Amino acid sequence: MGNGIILEARNINKYFREPVLFHVLKEINFAIKHGEFVSIMGKSGCGKSTLLYILSTMDTDYDGELLLNDEMVTGRHHEELAKIRNKNIGFVFQFHYLLSEFTVLENVMLPAKKLGLKSLEEIEHDAMEKLILLDIQDQAKKLASRISGGQKQRVAIARALINDPAIIMGDEPTGNLDSHNSQNVMNIFKNLAEERNLSLLVVTHDHDFAENTDRIIEMGDGIILSQ
Amino acid sequence: MINWKVILNISKTHLLSRIKQSSIAALGVTFGIGTFIILVSFMTGLNGLLDGLILNRTPHVHIYNEIKPSEVQPLDLYDKIENSFKIVHSIKPKFTQAKIHNAIPLIEKLKNNPDVKGAIPQLKSQIFYISGSIELGGNLVGIDVLEEVRLFNFGDYIVKGSPEALNNYENGILIGAGVADKMSLDVGNTVQVSTVRGDLFPLKIVGIYQSGLADIDNIQSFATLKTVQKILGEPKNYFTDINVKLFDIENAVPMALEIENQFDLTAVDIKTANAQFETGTSIRNLITYAVSITLLIVAGFGIYNILNMLIYEKMNDIAILKATGFSGRDVKYIFISQAIIIGLVGGILGLILGYSISVVIDNLPFETEALPTIKTFPVNYNGWYYVIGITFAMISTFLAGYLPSKKAQKIDPVEIIRGQ
Repeated sequence: MGNGIILEARNINKYFREPVLFHVLKEINFAIKHGEFVSIMGKSGCGKSTLLYILSTMDTDYDGELLLNDEMVTGRHHEELAKIRNKNIGFVFQFHYLLSEFTVLENVMLPAKKLGLKSLEEIEHDAMEKLILLDIQDQAKKLASRISGGQKQRVAIARALINDPAIIMGDEPTGNLDSHNSQNVMNIFKNLAEERNLSLLVVTHDHDFAENTDRIIEMGDGIILSQ
Repeated sequence: MINWKVILNISKTHLLSRIKQSSIAALGVTFGIGTFIILVSFMTGLNGLLDGLILNRTPHVHIYNEIKPSEVQPLDLYDKIENSFKIVHSIKPKFTQAKIHNAIPLIEKLKNNPDVKGAIPQLKSQIFYISGSIELGGNLVGIDVLEEVRLFNFGDYIVKGSPEALNNYENGILIGAGVADKMSLDVGNTVQVSTVRGDLFPLKIVGIYQSGLADIDNIQSFATLKTVQKILGEPKNYFTDINVKLFDIENAVPMALEIENQFDLTAVDIKTANAQFETGTSIRNLITYAVSITLLIVAGFGIYNILNMLIYEKMNDIAILKATGFSGRDVKYIFISQAIIIGLVGGILGLILGYSISVVIDNLPFETEALPTIKTFPVNYNGWYYVIGITFAMISTFLAGYLPSKKAQKIDPVEIIRGQ
């Protein structure tokens, strides 16, 4: 990975057109290195979530350039972006977004099945491994709707890891958890960054959480205040 | 590259986890297709029966000598008053023989025509059935019985005895059911018939004929051509009618015209003779298809509705799938495949339902004086209706699934995730 940069944002500008024209993100420039654990902080409405969705390739309505693994992502077709997300980006949201009609194991396996590089047995083995890593292997056969919130968040992290992505992104991953579970998730992220050399980018309100990360990007009113 | 296994697995889970709704959607299709099959099989069966009743025993072209006034009167030939106004009162029909002139060469010529399936002569005569002192008026028709059976399903109307027996007896007769009833006659009895000239002939009854039309059954009887020629004292080439059956009924009109022009005979084609009949058939078909298509469209709306609801309920799932790398197209296929599975399962069940009920209808007793050969309701098991049924089920469910799926494809995951 050449210069060791995983994700780079160049001059990103974003406007909301409804209900009135509003300049949400102004000239955002930053880069995340390989193995770096970065948090984005800022007040509500400062645009940090908006930025995350742009970085995640789900939102394509912006000006500027986005590079993932030194490859230009901006301007690609939706189908290609879906493939890029599938392979390179793992997601953890504030709300535990699991498919409630599937079992925990199936939820974790799904992105790998979509990627389709491994056999079903291998995928199942990998998924089990991720669940063991997150210490929820005993819930594997339960329906996703039948486990607790903290467990769901760990399953979501396991799912984010299944395709060994280049970067994991989190949108307030601890926002909906009690302090015990927050601490738990924090430790998991920390371990992933240190032991597995994963890059993480997490949007958070939580100062304690942010202080444990390698770098804090402070945002305010659509610009980066410090990084 | 689309990973169908994953997509089908997701749709399967969606369908099975809400089995009630899925079944109701599929049942809508089942009833639509089932009703279509039942309606179309029964209606076309009935049409076939009615067609058979009239069309199968009606010659495609009927050739005979008609008694009518000459179109050209002697006065018209007198050229000195050519441009004058002429009135002729009390025109009488011209006397012509009932016999078709040169009938045998004419029949040969017709038989050699590649469009003609068969051309057979008939000899119609007025007779009286004698029972003691009672004389009943009637018709005796001389026929080539085996050809009549082959071409005009004559055998279907022999309710007792057999048509072939006519050829086995020298003086056999197939007597009309009405006549037999009135005179208390049965197969094996002998009936006396007298010609218009008063000659008496005993004929042995070898079968009873019932057309289902009382007016005919009360007067009509059949014997071989030879017998009738003998009764009338006429030679072997004496025929009054020629009935022609064609391979393609559409050729009837031009052929009748050609025969009239060429041979100076009256030739009536089946379309002229039974014009109102065809109208009835096509209108019945139209109604059948209109009702069936309406049913299928209603089923289609049911599927549309259920999928639409499903997609609203599954907004979160769609957002997750998209966030974890499923493309819009994958999501679209997930929902379209659900519609297609509903259509396929519902459609196949519909075919089975339709077939079963058709079999039940086919075995329901349906006995009527008018149709002696029919014992149960007529049902047409044409395989094409099943093909049409399943095709329509697939097309309508695909369309019903396409629009909601298109919407699912366009859902913006960011909006859903932010909206929480």
